[in-house]
Order: sequence, then structure tokens, then C-alpha cells
Amino acid sequence: MDFTTNYMGLKLQHPIVASAGPLSGTLDGIKRLEDGGAAAVVMFSLFEENIRHENEAFSHLMESGTQSFAESLSYFPDVDSFHVGPDSYLNLLRQASESVKVPIIASLNCVTGEGWIDYAKQMQQAGASGLELNIYSVEADLDATSEEVEQRYLDILATVKSTVKIPVALKLSPFFSAMGHMAKRLDQAGADGLVLFNRFYQPDIDIQALEVKPSLGLSSAGEIRLPLLWIALLHGKLNASLAATRGVEKPDEVIKYLLAGADVVMTTSALLRHGPSYMTVLLDGLKAWMEARRFSSVAQVRGGMSRSKVANPGAFERANYIRELESFQSAYI
Amino acid sequence: MKPSQVTTLEGNEAVAYIAYRVNEVCAIYPITPSSTMAELADQWASEGKTNIWGNIPLVVEMQSEGGAAGTVHGALQTGAMTTTFTASQGLLLMIPNLYKMAGELTSAVLHVAARSLAAQGLSIFGDHSDVAAVRQTGFAQLASSTVQEGHDMALLAQASTLEGRIPFIHFFDGFRTSHEVNKLTLIPDETIRAMIDAEQVRAHRGRGLNPDHPFIRGTAQNPDIYFQARETVNPFYAQLPSIVQQKMDAFAELTGRSYHLFDYFGHPEAERVVVIIGSGAQTLIETVAYLQTQGEKVGVVNVRLCLPFSAEHFIKVLPATVKAITVLDRIKSPGATGEPLYADVVTVLAEAYANGTLPTPAIPRITGGRYGLSSKEFTPAMAKSVLDELKKDKPKNHFTIGIDDDVSHSSLEYDAAFDIEPDEVVRALFIGLGADGTVGANKNSIKIIGESTPLYAQGYFVYDSKKSGSRTVSHVRFGPNPINSPYLIHSASFIGCHQFVFAEKIDVLENAGHGATFLLNSPYGPDEVWDRLPRSLQQEIIDKDIRFYVIDASKVALDTGMGSRTNTIMQTCFFAISGVLPREEAIAKIKESIKKTYGKKGEDVVKKNYIAVDQTLARLYKIDVPKEAKGTIDLPPTVSSKAPEFVQQVTAMMMAGKGDQLPVSMLPIDGTYPSGTTQWEKRNISAFVPIWEPDICIQCGNCSFVCPHGVIRSKFYPETRLKNAPEAFKSAQINARGFPGTRYTLQVYVEDCTGCNLCVEVCPAKSLQQSGVKAINMKPKEPILKQELANIRFFEGIPFNDRSKVDFSSVRGTQFLEPLFEFSGACAGCGETPYVRLLSQLFGDRLIMANATGCSSIYGGNLPTTPWTKNAEGRGPAWSNSLFEDNAEFGLGFRLTADKHLEVAIQLALELKGAVNPALVDQIIEAPQATESQIRDQRIRVAELKAALIVLDTEKAKDLLSVADHLVHRSIWIMGGDGWAYDIGSSGVDHVLASGRNINILVLDTEVYSNTGGQMSKSTPMGAVAKFAAGGKPVAKKDLALQAISYGSVYVARIAMGANPQQTLLALREAEAYPGPSLVLAYSHCIAHGINMEHGLKQQDLAVASGHWPLIRYNPALRESDRNPFVLDSPRPAIKLKDYAFNELRYKMLSRSHPAESEELMKLAQQVVNQKWEIYEEMASGSGSRFHPDASVKQKSKK
Repeated sequence: MDFTTNYMGLKLQHPIVASAGPLSGTLDGIKRLEDGGAAAVVMFSLFEENIRHENEAFSHLMESGTQSFAESLSYFPDVDSFHVGPDSYLNLLRQASESVKVPIIASLNCVTGEGWIDYAKQMQQAGASGLELNIYSVEADLDATSEEVEQRYLDILATVKSTVKIPVALKLSPFFSAMGHMAKRLDQAGADGLVLFNRFYQPDIDIQALEVKPSLGLSSAGEIRLPLLWIALLHGKLNASLAATRGVEKPDEVIKYLLAGADVVMTTSALLRHGPSYMTVLLDGLKAWMEARRFSSVAQVRGGMSRSKVANPGAFERANYIRELESFQSAYI
Repeated sequence: MKPSQVTTLEGNEAVAYIAYRVNEVCAIYPITPSSTMAELADQWASEGKTNIWGNIPLVVEMQSEGGAAGTVHGALQTGAMTTTFTASQGLLLMIPNLYKMAGELTSAVLHVAARSLAAQGLSIFGDHSDVAAVRQTGFAQLASSTVQEGHDMALLAQASTLEGRIPFIHFFDGFRTSHEVNKLTLIPDETIRAMIDAEQVRAHRGRGLNPDHPFIRGTAQNPDIYFQARETVNPFYAQLPSIVQQKMDAFAELTGRSYHLFDYFGHPEAERVVVIIGSGAQTLIETVAYLQTQGEKVGVVNVRLCLPFSAEHFIKVLPATVKAITVLDRIKSPGATGEPLYADVVTVLAEAYANGTLPTPAIPRITGGRYGLSSKEFTPAMAKSVLDELKKDKPKNHFTIGIDDDVSHSSLEYDAAFDIEPDEVVRALFIGLGADGTVGANKNSIKIIGESTPLYAQGYFVYDSKKSGSRTVSHVRFGPNPINSPYLIHSASFIGCHQFVFAEKIDVLENAGHGATFLLNSPYGPDEVWDRLPRSLQQEIIDKDIRFYVIDASKVALDTGMGSRTNTIMQTCFFAISGVLPREEAIAKIKESIKKTYGKKGEDVVKKNYIAVDQTLARLYKIDVPKEAKGTIDLPPTVSSKAPEFVQQVTAMMMAGKGDQLPVSMLPIDGTYPSGTTQWEKRNISAFVPIWEPDICIQCGNCSFVCPHGVIRSKFYPETRLKNAPEAFKSAQINARGFPGTRYTLQVYVEDCTGCNLCVEVCPAKSLQQSGVKAINMKPKEPILKQELANIRFFEGIPFNDRSKVDFSSVRGTQFLEPLFEFSGACAGCGETPYVRLLSQLFGDRLIMANATGCSSIYGGNLPTTPWTKNAEGRGPAWSNSLFEDNAEFGLGFRLTADKHLEVAIQLALELKGAVNPALVDQIIEAPQATESQIRDQRIRVAELKAALIVLDTEKAKDLLSVADHLVHRSIWIMGGDGWAYDIGSSGVDHVLASGRNINILVLDTEVYSNTGGQMSKSTPMGAVAKFAAGGKPVAKKDLALQAISYGSVYVARIAMGANPQQTLLALREAEAYPGPSLVLAYSHCIAHGINMEHGLKQQDLAVASGHWPLIRYNPALRESDRNPFVLDSPRPAIKLKDYAFNELRYKMLSRSHPAESEELMKLAQQVVNQKWEIYEEMASGSGSRFHPDASVKQKSKK
């Protein structure tokens, strides 16, 4: 049975990939992901803002209380080699690229033009097989127009593409008025892959302490619908690879994503729940399902239920919405 | 180290640069003002920088200067090129080894940033007391008077000692030279190699102990030969001056910089000559140069080789025309016939006269004087006065200059207005806050100008005595010729006031010259600012014809995304209007510097700074100064008119920066100063202060418990007291049962608050309706200041709650105890002072404190104002600081006095029993004093006894009166930091713990030398970065608690207020109650940890939660009832060590500089934590019979 998959030009042994998450925070973790059976590993994201923040914090703490009192004009040794920056990330990337056989895709989130350029370049130099641009921002500025937001995505893509030779994917927010059109524009601008979708920080409110609390749990199977919908809609329409991420709990979600048209299916939550070796369970499940239906390759499965191939394409559109409402059962209706 | 030939360096770095290159081993210990040299050596070693032989010197921190000297001696005796850096008391601790090294003719150079010695008071500042105190040791002494000379003489001393075999002390003036930044020419490595004779280095090695060619050195000698053996070295001393001069000549050939043992400067036919050592010589050189232009025949001899003092060379430099000589010493030798240099010169001239070798027809008149003690200014005006005095027929001898000695009338008068600074020198003064980056910006300006233009630059920085909200004054000169003026700027051509509040409080233009430029950072724009100035300042601007500029730097910073960083903006203004460089060139250079400094942080940070620079130029306004001062604002008085006389007359002068004007008669004769003076210094350093919300408050007392500055106070009182309360005075019904009609008030002393936010962080009570609102919240001070001052006045009228009625056992209860340690100058959010304040609340009225030198002695005892205070009865902590190393022993002395005088008092009371009141005497002797009410009762009885004794009026009665106070038990505490307890004072601490005496030791453990700027101690944890441990400390922290527990008779506790305040309270009370020695180790978060100090208490909690700081109590008294004396008060570690550690820069920076080492060390450190926890758990389980019985305590209890 042929599980091989092409993701942004990368030849993968199968379509299940470890998405950006805490498991890739150490070399040991990355090795465990490989041993667990991941076809590729997307490393956790390097956040330029974090580096800048850390840089600022380091400078602030280094300078705090200095040049104020004659006996203690400073509190720390002024070590030349002391450097706050992406070094630790790049070192890990370098070590991982050298130590594991599966492709390592570096993930990047920047806030400045030079950040995208510098870090993308350095990631390529450190041995990344591909880049995933994690353009993660909550557009809280009421003056930012949708055109500006879209243009920013396109600019970032153009910037990075002109900087590196390795394939570049964009991890997208689902919050575009015209998601399909946006995907098309990104595709035309040279995106090698689109990763659908990013999960956004959606804080909760603690009613006892009257505080806003961060709330980002592991994703659950119920969350696959939105990426599933868009992968099904986009499959076959773009040159870019499609990666599905979010809500993979069992082999069923892998199969659904592949049927919708995903080139690869990414997961972190399942691996955090069950450990990296759960990758094998997902793969075995896929294998069993394919065997039962006599599929001989993943390529045959891919996109089988996409909009362009499904029996009733309207099911992915408004009609489906109406049907869902009609079928909704509740004790109150 | 800089590759370029010409650079700008601090004196310390200029010296260390050479010392590092010509040595293989450095044994170091931090002491101000020399610490920087040791720190740099350690830093360079950690960076892999090499000496001239291509190897990296071994740099080892020792536990004290005594230890450093021993190690230096040992390394030298085995043939390594070895050095150390020190000052003051540190040099004194080296004395025994100095004799040994010199006696053994050991080639070595010690570099000393010369500093005062502690006498009537400690001083960190510069004079020659320390080097004078080691004159007899046999070390040669070579002095430098400028930064360039420090660099050069460091090499000359090394070259000379290798050839001459006599060890050298190379010294230069502490702070004035050690901390001055100046432009200098670096000595290239090839020159250093040319000066250091390789054969002599090998010979030095060859003299080292070597089992392949064994000999013994360090024998014990007897009366038959010791004396003769002591005289064997004479030829070496005799030839040393010539050797040094030869080296100076060789150096001149190589560098063009020519030096002599004695450098004469002045008129070739001078009649009046001053002889002087160190930086003061430069003042005299400038003054002599000026006076020569006025036709005066004057000169100065700059003494470089002070020891051996070469009579021959000295006589040679004296002009034959000299008629009068005065010798200036920067030291006082009480009771001597004169200070050391004076004595040398008198001897030399007298001997020359007797021998007929004097070049002058008659012996000149010789006088001696003292100047510049503890960095006291020595200005051209003073130098002129000294020279003028020599014109008199009978010039004053043994005079002082620079002070007003109205007691012994030793001082010379001088004309302070005498000013000889050339107009070509830009003389700039910058007044800033420690936190605003003014000093850093000025150092940067000096670098810009010194290193990228042909101009010369000099910077010297004056800091105040507080660690929080401190004022800095930068004295910066720029000019076309070398600048060596070693005195402050008194006639500035530019004054930058970087904080508007200073213009409202002090005379910022006091040192402005006529026509000077004044730049003010003001929130008020060009149209408004004039009316906001005090009238006196307006008048000064008019009178001195000042060019007045204003900028709202804070606004520019905010608008350009710079946050609160105004330093670049103020620096830009300076360059734009000072004329030191053409404006365009200056701005271009600032931008170049910005690129260099912030380049690493990204293009947008650079751009932000560029925009700030451009915006600055657009928003800098020149003010049209009105012809008349019509302002309505006056400078406020320094202290309230209610302050005691001493505070008004003496303390206030110091506070106003006018302490130099105080005459001798105004100062206490023996270093004794009144307690409780911080209350008169309303510093108003925080714009945000805590505001209490009575409706939300649960009256837990946590906020006042943690307040580092004692500004949050609580009282409860009958409701009727509120009758005349100000309208804004807040109160709440007390929420304890059994107190009907009783109100509770929590009052914040807003003018004394440093805005640290610890109180808000610790407050557990939150509003039920409003997010983010607690029972105490930081809010702007300005709108509530007036009302709060009225509230404080009213609050102070309410008596403190009766100590005998306060629950000492709960945190909640302690908030009602009066703090007798208040408003110290400690850092905002200090982790030490809450413990100190708590001690003062618990035991303050009978507390006597021995305080080791360090942070606690500085915020506790640094003038002008001190925080230890007294209560309404006049009782309070009696405090003293002896030294750094001897504090435990010093405190033990307090105990011995208390024990002896109690014994004497009891004996006398028994003898006088019949004559006074027998029942009263019995009660006094027998009454328990365990609780506050028992102590109160005892005080009443003792007062009754004293009254009876006064009536009795016999010799014995008088004797008893002199010791009767001891009948109320004293609470004796020894306090200090970990540098003291773990390192320099370790043996004393150990000995006192072993003494069995009833004494309490509180270690304020910051795990680093905080006061001297973050050097590693034996308390520094594994994996943490500190100075001297730039690569992370590889060894685990010493477990002082387990060491003390091993005695079995010591009460031991480890506490952390932020983790468990109740345990803190319990431990301090148990320690005090325990009748033997007690040791309390208190986790003290610190600015040297690299944390946001607001979160200090949270870090304490995490330290405990991670198992890094397990809370324990070991109470030997429990053994009496066979209970386990070891109690583990903290739960099993709930988080990993790194989850606590990586919140702190001290750990985090290693993960950034040496990630692999950091990971390894953190792994090991976690193992240490795990293992230690197992040991503790094991100790806490099982019966007490496994621990020592505590016989000494049983005996004491029986007593």
C-alpha cells in the first residue's frame, strides 16, 4: 500500500505530520516524534515578538538599578557572548536536521519585515526543509481594514519567498471574508502550502476573580469542521499543497481530512494526549480503513470527498447550512 | 579590551587591562572602589582573552581579602605571575601576607584603588589611608595621578618588581581616578612584551617551590639571626629607585610618555613648592601653571615612587631657589608628628642639610597639611590657598585645606570663586535620576567624542547615598587638549537638568557659570515653563545671563515609542546646543552610536531612536528669558521646621548637598548620630502610591508585613477618635470579634513610598464588582498628596496600639506594632528590609543590633539620614556596624556585656535589697520576661528600682543605676548578608554559633554580594550567573542551615516571607525566645537576581515551591520533650527548579550565553534539590532521639 505523500515538494512516507507544538521543543522530543512515526515535524513557532520582548526584558533587567549607586554601578557581568535571539531555536533546528531523517519544517511568526527576512534566512541555513509562516495576529485594531490585513499576508509571503529557496507554507486564520479568494491570491503569490487553520487565543473570563484567563486547551474532533470545509472547497483548485490541522483525535479525522483533499494531516493534541507513538495508531487506523475499502494509495483517497468530486457539491455550501438547521434537534423545539 | 590605540576608559579598566596581560593568576575579592578591576579580569577570562604569553589567566574569587592575599602568596611562591586588586579594609586584611611576600623578595604587583579606612564612620571614597597603613610591610609604593598614568604605572610597577624583586603596591585615587572616564593611549602588546623581561619571568618561576629542587622557605627564626636576616634585603631597596627610573626611561623610549620618580612641574626658580601624591598633583599642576602666568615663582613635585623614598632623586628635582615647601598628605595620622609624606620630606631635607647635600643655601621652611580625605574636593582654589600660605613669614603647619576646622583652627581659608578652567573646555553638568539613564548617556557621549574625534573627554560621576530614587550628577568635560582636572565642575558652561522635580527642589544652577546654557526636561512647554520655575531659579537665570532651553523629553519619548527612555533625547539636546561639535556632525555621530548600540535589537529599534533624535530637534525650544523674576514659587525647606535641632542644622545641610560647608564643630566627635532621621527626609520619589480601599480590605495586614520601607501602617482605635478627622480620612469597622465601636485605619505614608508595588501584589482582597481592583491599588500621588498629608498628621495623633495587647503570633497582629525601622534608602521592592522592619516591630524597643557591612549597613547607616528610629517612650533599636568580616564577633561582644552587666546588676540589687524594696528586687530577679506584658511589667519594676536608687544616692546605688537597664532582657541580633555569613565572616559566624550564648543571627540571604554589585558568594546557587561566575556557578550553594544544625544546640530556621509569612513570624519569635544561639536564613529577593522587583514575593514563593529554598525550623528546645527538633515547614516541591529559576536573569542569561552548560548545570542543580529534599524529609521524620541532646540549653533554662 502506498502512503507516500508530496507536501510542498517534500516526499513524505505518509501523510501524518506532527504540527507545531511543545513536543518539538527539545531534540529529544523531536526524536521521539520521529520514532513515534511522524512523516515530518513542524517545529514549534519562533516568535519574533517574544525574542524582542525577551531582548527588551534582558536589557531592562541588566540595566535595572545600574549607574545609580556608587558601590554597585552594575549587577551582572558584561559578557560579550551573551546573546538574546533565535540562537537556541536555530541550534535546535540544526541539531534536529542533522539527527533525524524526516523533514523538519521550521515555523516562524514575525512582526517586522526584517524579522521575516533574517529569521527565514537563518532557518534555511540551519537546515530547515521547509518553512511554515505562522501569521498569528488578532486584528484588534478597529482601523485596520480587511484589504490591509490581506495585503500584509501577501507582502510577508513575497518577502519570505524572495529570501529563501526552501518551500514556504502559510498557516492561515479562517477569518477572511473571502477565504477562497484569499487562498487563491496566496497561491498565485507563490505559497507552496496552506495550513488550515490556526487556532486563535480566545480568552475566557473568570467570574470569581473577575480576570481574563487564557484558555487554549487541546483541540477536539468537533473542531475539524471548518478546516474540513475549506480543504474540501479548495482541493484541486490551487497549486499549493493543503495541510489540515486541528481536531485530530482518532484515525477517523485523518481519513476525513484526506477525503476532503488534504495533502497532509497535522496533529499535536492527539500526540500530547497519547504520546508520540500514537502516530502509529493513526496510521494503522488509516491503513485498516484503506484496506477495508481496497484503496491502494493515499493518492486515491485524497480529495475523494472534496467539493469538486463529491456527489452533491452543494452540501459544502449554503444548502448544507439550511439542512443542518432543519435537522437540529432540541428539547426546546 | 579595545583594539584601537586611543580609547576612553575608566581608571580601573585602564589598570586592569595591563594587570591582566602580565599575570597568570588573579586571586580576587570585591571591595569598592577596586571591584571593577577584579570583575573585568574575571570577565575577560570567561571570554577567553589571553595575557601576553597567550594563556588565559586563572581568576579565582576568595572568601575575603585575607584569603586572596594568602592565595596570591601561594601562587607567587610556586612561581606564577600573580596579582590582586583591592582597597581600604581589604588591603588591611592582607597585611600579614604583605610582610611575608616582601620579606621573601617576591616579585608581584597589587593594584589598589586607594580608599579611606573606617574610623568614626565608614567611607567608600578615596584617600591614602589604606596605602599609608601598609608602609611598613616592605612593599614598594608607586602612585598614579591620572587614568593614563594608572595604565602606564601598572606596567612600570610590574617591570620593576621583576627586576628589583621587591613587591609593589601600585595605587591611584579611589573614585577620582578609578572611576573617572578619560581618553588615553593604550600600550600595545609589543610594548608590554618589551617591558616585561622574559628572563626575569623565568627567574621568578625558578624561585618557586619545586620538589625537583627542594628547599624550604618560611622558617621560624630565633633571636640569633632574625635581625640580621631582616637586614639582608637592604641592597634591594637601595637599588630599586634606580631600577624604576631605568624602566621609566625605557618606557619613555617606547611610548614617548616620560615619567620620573619625582616629577617637578613649575617655575625653574620656584620659591614655593608643594609636594603631593596622586590625583591632587594634577590640580596643583594646573594651578601652578596658571600662577606662573601671573608671575608667581611656584612649583609642584608629583611623587610617583613613594616607597622606597629616594632622598637622592627628591633632592635633585627641587629647584635650588626654593624657600618654602609644603607637603600635602591625603591621610590623617592622629597623634603623629606629621603625616607620612611630610615626615619623609622633613627627614630627607634635614638629613641632606646635615650632610651638606642640600641644593638650597638654607633649609627651606617645611609645612605639612591634610587635604582630600574621603574624596573631599581639592580644587585649584585650595591649591592656590596652600601656595599663598607659603608666602607668609610663619605659614601654618599641620593645616587642613578644604574644610572649616573651627575647633582646632587648622584649616586654611580659600577663595572658592577662584576659577582657572580654560574657556576652550566645555564643562557640562547633568543632573539626573539613577533610573533615567543619564549617566549611561554621558558615558556614551564621552565615547563618541573621545573615540571618534580629536577632542579629549573626561567624565566623573557623583551618586547619592540612597539605593532607590537616587540623584546622579555627571561632570563631563570636552576640549582640544588632554583634560586631567581631578575636581568637580564648579563653573559649568552647560547644565542639563533631566528631571523637572530637581528644578523645583534644589538650586540646579548653583554651579552654572556666567552665560552658561541650561537645558531643562520639562512637562511644561516653552510658554508655560518660566512661570513654573521657583523665583530664585528665575533670578539666577537672569543674573547669570543663562541661555535657557526646554524640552519635554518624556513626551517625545512617549510619542516616538521610546517609552520612558529619555536618555537619547537629552543627549541629542546636549549635542544640538552645547557647541561641543558642529550640530550636523554631532547628530550624525549620535545616529552612528545608536546604530552600534541598538543594531542587534533590530532595524525598527534603530529607526525608533532615529525618529526620537529628529523629533527632539524639532521640539527643543529656546526660551526668551524675561528681564524680571516674578515667580510665585519658592524652593521648599529641606526639612520640616518641626525637626530636631541637629537635623535642622546638620542633617539638613547634608541632605541639601551642602555637607561640605559644615564646620568641624557641628559634627559629632565619636561617630554617634541620633536615631530616626529618615522621617525628616520626604523624598517623594514615586509618582504612584498605594491607595487603600477600606470597603474591600479584609484587614489581614499582609501589605504592611511586606512593605520594604515601612510606609504602610495600621492602627485600631475607639470610634470617638474620628471626631475631628479630616474629611478624606479613611477608616473601617475593625473586623475582629470583641472590639465593638472600634475603627481600623491603614495609612500610607505617601511621601516615603518608593512605588515598589509589593503591597498590591500581596493583597489577597479583590473587589467583587470591579476587575483588577484590590483593597490596595497604585494610583497617581499628585491628586491625593495634600489630603494624605493631612490624614497622616491625624493618623500620627492616634497612639500606636499597646504592645501588650497585640497578637504577636499572627501576621495580622504585627501590623499594629510600630515599625522602628522606616523609610530606608534601600532599593524599591527590597527583599531584605521587610525582615528588618519586622524585627524592629517585634523586638525593637529592646533590640541591639550588630550589622555587618553590606547593603543592610548602607541602607541602615549611610548618612545623611538613617532609618533606625525610636518609639514615643524614646526606646528603639541601638545599632552599630563594626566591619564586614567581624560582625558575628562584634555582636558576641554585645552579648557578653549584656550577660556581665546583668550579673553585676543582679549582684548589686541583691546587695542593696534591704536598702530598697526586698520584694521588688526578688520580683525583678525572678520575674519571667517571655511575653510583651511580662516585659512591660518588668520595665515598671525596673523604673521603680531606679527611682529608689536615685533617692538612695550611694556609690553602690549609682553603680546599679549604671547597669540597671540590663534587668530588662535585651534582644541581641547579629545581621548581615550572605557575603558576610557564608564567606568573609563565616568563621566568626561558626564560632558564635558554637559559643552557646543567647544570640540571634539573621542572614539576609540574597545569594550574591548585593552591595558591591552582584559578585558570587558561597551562597550563590549552582547555575546562576554572577560577577566572578560569568559562566554560571558550578558548585552548589553551601547549606549553612545543616552546618549549624550539626551543633545540636543552635536554633536554625530558613524562612521566606513571600512563601509563608506566618512561618517567618514564628521562626523569628522562636529564634529570639530560644536561650542559646539562633541562626535565621531569610530568602531575600534582590535586584541582583535580575527580576522585576514587583514580583519578588512571587519568586520567593516559587523558590520554596521548587524545593530550592525549603522552609525549616530546628528547635533544640524540643529535644527536652523528646520531640523531633527538625520541622519541615514547606510541602514537597511542586514545580521544577527551572520553573522558578528561569524567571530570573541570573539563571536565564546562562541559557543564552552558554546553553549547553546551562542545561547541564540546571540538571545537576535539580538533582541537588531532589537529594537535599530527601535528606530534609528523612530528618523531619522519626523521633527526636536521633539528634544531639542540647545540654547547654537545659542549663540555661534552669538558670
